[in-house]
Amino acid sequence: MTASSSSVVSARKLGLTFETNDGPVHALSDVDLEVRKGDFISFIGPSGCGKTTFLRVIADLEKPTSGEISVNGMTPEEARKSRSYGYVFQAPALYPWRTIEKNIALPLEIMGHSTAERASRIERTLDLVNLTGFGKKYPWQLSGGMQQRASIARALAFDADLLLMDEPFGALDEIVRDHLNAQLLKLWARTEKTICFVTHSIPEAVYLSTRIVVMSPRPGRVTDVIESTLPAERPLEIRETPEFLEIAHRVREGLRAGHSYEE
Amino acid sequence: MKQLQRNWQPLLAGVITAIAAARLPLTLPEAANPVQGGMTIALVLLAAVTLMLTLEGPIPRAAVLFVGAHLPAALLLAGLGGNEGQMSAAFFLMIAASWLLAWACVSELSQIEPRSTAAGWFLRLLIPAIFGAWILVIWEAATRGAGIPFILLPPPSAIAARIAGSLPILWADVRQTIFKAVLIGYVIGCAAGFAVAILADRFAFLRRGLIPVGNMVSALPIIGVAPIMVMWFGFDWQSKAAVVIIMTFFPMLVNTVAGLSAAGAMERDLMRSYASDYWQTLVKLRLPAAMPFIFNALKINSTLALIGAIVAEFFGTPIVGMGFRISTEIGRMNVDMVWAEIAVAAVAGSVFYGVVALAERATTFWHPSIRGG
Repeated sequence: MTASSSSVVSARKLGLTFETNDGPVHALSDVDLEVRKGDFISFIGPSGCGKTTFLRVIADLEKPTSGEISVNGMTPEEARKSRSYGYVFQAPALYPWRTIEKNIALPLEIMGHSTAERASRIERTLDLVNLTGFGKKYPWQLSGGMQQRASIARALAFDADLLLMDEPFGALDEIVRDHLNAQLLKLWARTEKTICFVTHSIPEAVYLSTRIVVMSPRPGRVTDVIESTLPAERPLEIRETPEFLEIAHRVREGLRAGHSYEE
Repeated sequence: MKQLQRNWQPLLAGVITAIAAARLPLTLPEAANPVQGGMTIALVLLAAVTLMLTLEGPIPRAAVLFVGAHLPAALLLAGLGGNEGQMSAAFFLMIAASWLLAWACVSELSQIEPRSTAAGWFLRLLIPAIFGAWILVIWEAATRGAGIPFILLPPPSAIAARIAGSLPILWADVRQTIFKAVLIGYVIGCAAGFAVAILADRFAFLRRGLIPVGNMVSALPIIGVAPIMVMWFGFDWQSKAAVVIIMTFFPMLVNTVAGLSAAGAMERDLMRSYASDYWQTLVKLRLPAAMPFIFNALKINSTLALIGAIVAEFFGTPIVGMGFRISTEIGRMNVDMVWAEIAVAAVAGSVFYGVVALAERATTFWHPSIRGG
């Protein structure tokens, strides 16, 4: 397979079928996608459309059953073993027996960084997510939004260029979510990472992304890929502009098209 | 009505005291050492009831009840001397009345909301102490007052005297049974159960093959195994430690295996995304997550080990050890010595359990069951 040098994730005819007691479930079918370096790509669609599964295939947490995929020009397994991505889950998944800074140190310990190196990276990533001063707290002493920010800090700590985020703000309320979305955009601009972001919120997808991948279920497939025309600099107020609403409308149309055969 | 509901114990105590006062003296007519002070005790009880009803707030009420329950109880027990089995109904009624006041005292104390941690600690110790003391008071009054045969149930005072008079023997027994058989068997049994659990986790054939067999072995009756261990390892503590190892091994194995699967799927995926190897995942995720299960086994085993060692000594020992003492002294009708050993075993078992529970609090401070939500 020939992936261009700027391609971070490249999927060709990717398919994944789970064998269950009720027969096969086609979680992904014929997915073609190219993620370029520096992209902020959102995957949006109703539950069961395979958006999380696709993210897990990139992360080598699931194995595809057909097609090809490469991550940083390697197989997903090689990419995982060379620690080329940071993964942020739906829940913070912080270890309750470790303080926030020890949680951020976890990947660094596993990857064999020195104590001094760990301390400087913890300080830097805590600052990136605006949690300076909370390093000595335990996760259960912080609010849900702060916990999720700590888990983002943990994914950033080892400097992987690719950030995979699976509905990271899904469990948070609207106000906290707006705030974290704005912070995430700043962080993306500062770190120049490639981000794959799963969500089921249309405004979130439109606000954050350079490209929006619309997916639909049974079988899970890509129905539309929308290039965002919004500028790189995006204040929260951009969500009231006609341009924003136009993109949101296209996303909604794409989601409806994927569903039309059902009702 | 509400007043009656809140104060029914002291009011009932007042009524009972009045009935008792009408039926004085405290001793039967044929008593060897007749007691005269019955009316004084009745007046103390009635004074306490009256005073407490005029007071407001749990602390002064509890203080009055504390004195009003324990002073009469002490006087009544003092009157037992020389009159064993010759106490009248008035004596038992007054014991019941002071017990009701102690009950009211504990319920008043339970309503206090302590301001400082020191006061909180004091209350948490005081309430069970009053509770325990009254079990002993009623035991003492019933056994000596009604003249229950010594063989059936010796009074606590006689057991305490026996403990005080036999300290060297009891200490030798504790050293033999607790410090050798129990502790060594416990450490080896728990460590082996833990190590095998890790192996069973690493190698599927052990998990599939050993755990079902282990469950069967853990159902073995200890009574059957103990004499065989004595045949194998001799009369001394080694055979008892072997019994303890068998008893503690499987709870630790089963709990650790269960605990190792306690870590959540997301937490495991996280480790996988770091390309963490088996041992890193074990040490940094799965063992910490298993700690509540492991401490469960350590606590269960702390009591099992004590039972195992004492029962195993029934099947042959050198002439020292708690189980040996219990089995020989019961044969010589020295029940007070048997009770003394039981008391020592209860204290040792509580201390053992307490130490493990404290270690658990320090280790699993993060668990919702300990940090409280």
